[in-house]
Amino acid sequence: MIEVKEIRKSFGEHEVLKGIDASFYKGKTNLIIGQSGSGKTVFLKSLVGLHEIDSGEIEYDGTALGGLNRKDRKSLRTEMGMVFQGNALFDSLTIEENVTFALSMFSEMSAAEKKDRADFCLERVNLPGVNQKFPSELSGGMQKRVAIARAISMNPNYLFCDEPNSGLDPKTAIVIDQLLQEITQEFEMTTVINTHDMNSVIEIGDHIIFIKDGKKAWQGTGEEILSTDNTEIVDFVYSSELFKKIRRKL
Amino acid sequence: MQNYSYFRDMFFSKWIESLGKYMVLLGRTFRRPENGKMYYKAFLSDLDLLGINSLGIVAVISLFVGAVVTIQTAFNLDDPLIPDYYIAIATRESIVLEFSPTIISLILAGKVGSNIASTLGSMRVSEQIDALEVMGVNPASYLIAPKIAALAFFNPILIIISMALGLVGGYLASIGGVMSAEDYIYGLTVDFNAYHITYALIKTFVFAFLIVSISAYFGFYVRGGAIEVGINATKAVVSSSVAIIVSNYMLTQVLLV
Ligand SMILES: Nc1ncnc2c1ncn2[C@@H]1O[C@H](COP(=O)(O)OP(=O)(O)OP(=O)(O)O)[C@@H](O)[C@H]1O
Ligand SMILES: [Mg+2]
Repeated sequence: MIEVKEIRKSFGEHEVLKGIDASFYKGKTNLIIGQSGSGKTVFLKSLVGLHEIDSGEIEYDGTALGGLNRKDRKSLRTEMGMVFQGNALFDSLTIEENVTFALSMFSEMSAAEKKDRADFCLERVNLPGVNQKFPSELSGGMQKRVAIARAISMNPNYLFCDEPNSGLDPKTAIVIDQLLQEITQEFEMTTVINTHDMNSVIEIGDHIIFIKDGKKAWQGTGEEILSTDNTEIVDFVYSSELFKKIRRKL
Repeated sequence: MQNYSYFRDMFFSKWIESLGKYMVLLGRTFRRPENGKMYYKAFLSDLDLLGINSLGIVAVISLFVGAVVTIQTAFNLDDPLIPDYYIAIATRESIVLEFSPTIISLILAGKVGSNIASTLGSMRVSEQIDALEVMGVNPASYLIAPKIAALAFFNPILIIISMALGLVGGYLASIGGVMSAEDYIYGLTVDFNAYHITYALIKTFVFAFLIVSISAYFGFYVRGGAIEVGINATKAVVSSSVAIIVSNYMLTQVLLV
């Protein structure tokens, strides 16, 4: 479980996160939704410590991130997996080397064991047989899936995904969503996912935080979001004709 | 007048801030590797990419400059009272003391420095450095330390090769009509002071460190996109060249005077 207390983050004069409280639960797919530019990426990067927050606190299963020394912070990070919005694959390494990078760095696995692990992870994201290719040789959606395979290679306790299914076709997007939910439940991970895909929200939204104007404007589940009367969330979710129709039917 | 002092203060505070950031980066670079084998692998690939890859250009430049230095020295010492082998002595000293360690390092600052800055810069803007960080890897150490080690190890070798080829270039020029081969070879051995080689290698070692660390600094802290990566690669080359020239003066003061 990750607990976030009153975090604030500014870039110069521009305050992006204006005091956000949130809890992310173990074994659940926790979603962060909000408009483009609302601060989802900044929030996720603050959670893992890539942005130093201005104030507030972030606790990983009771341990405050801010209070950790360098060594403990590093060891906490080996329990994290992260999928960046732009994938951030190591472009000079092959797909297999990308997926097994953390294993090479932190485990004593043999080459054969690592290859098995890479095959396993790549199969889970539906991407077998690309081990020896380089990231630039794959399509955008394939790169995204490699990024997910890399993030789960170490069986992380905490998994962070910044828009894991943007750029994917609806069918693959659902496969990825289901995969994320499955491994979250199977390995009891605390998973935090940024998304603005309403399909994901409804399919795998165990716990949802809605960010607006740098604040948490709503929280609830994927079912609750369809029936809530909160005007801000209604305005956000039912911006498309399709969902307006669905709402009328509900 | 007020404006002037404002800009001066801005300039110095910026400069001091950069220096501080550079020192912090160095501090982060020299930390214990997470995994010796991975760092060694990175070292080998940097050795190849940044070191061995420079052999060709260094060889060509050294041969030609050695020849030119010999011809120019002969031209300047064209006096019946000065024996021909003095030309070889002068050539040897300019190559060993200055041309090989300093000029070749300046050329490498251009070649290797822009490579390092743009590689790290692209990794920064594409968030690969963040990805390392989240994995629990120290990106400064993993990306920079092997490069420093590779150049600090290989540049002295490269400079020895450059000296040798510079002298070969001189030899070729002399038998091309400047003087006799015997005189040239005899001249190379006269009054030879091995300390000059030591001095040159110490300089090379320091320059190698400056090239990598300064270029890495400019790459590591890029913000923005492709344009900024380009701008910082240029800054890396300019700054490391200036650092080489200034430290060359200081080292020479300390080591030769
Ligand atoms: N490094 C930075 N420096 C300055 N401002 C930043 C930085 N990163 C983000 N911002 C600003 O913070 C705000 C939130 O950006 P963020 O990337 O978190 O949005 P987002 O919710 O992830 O949007 P999207 O859905 O489009 O990815 C934006 O206004 C952006 O300009
Ligand atoms: Mg984003």
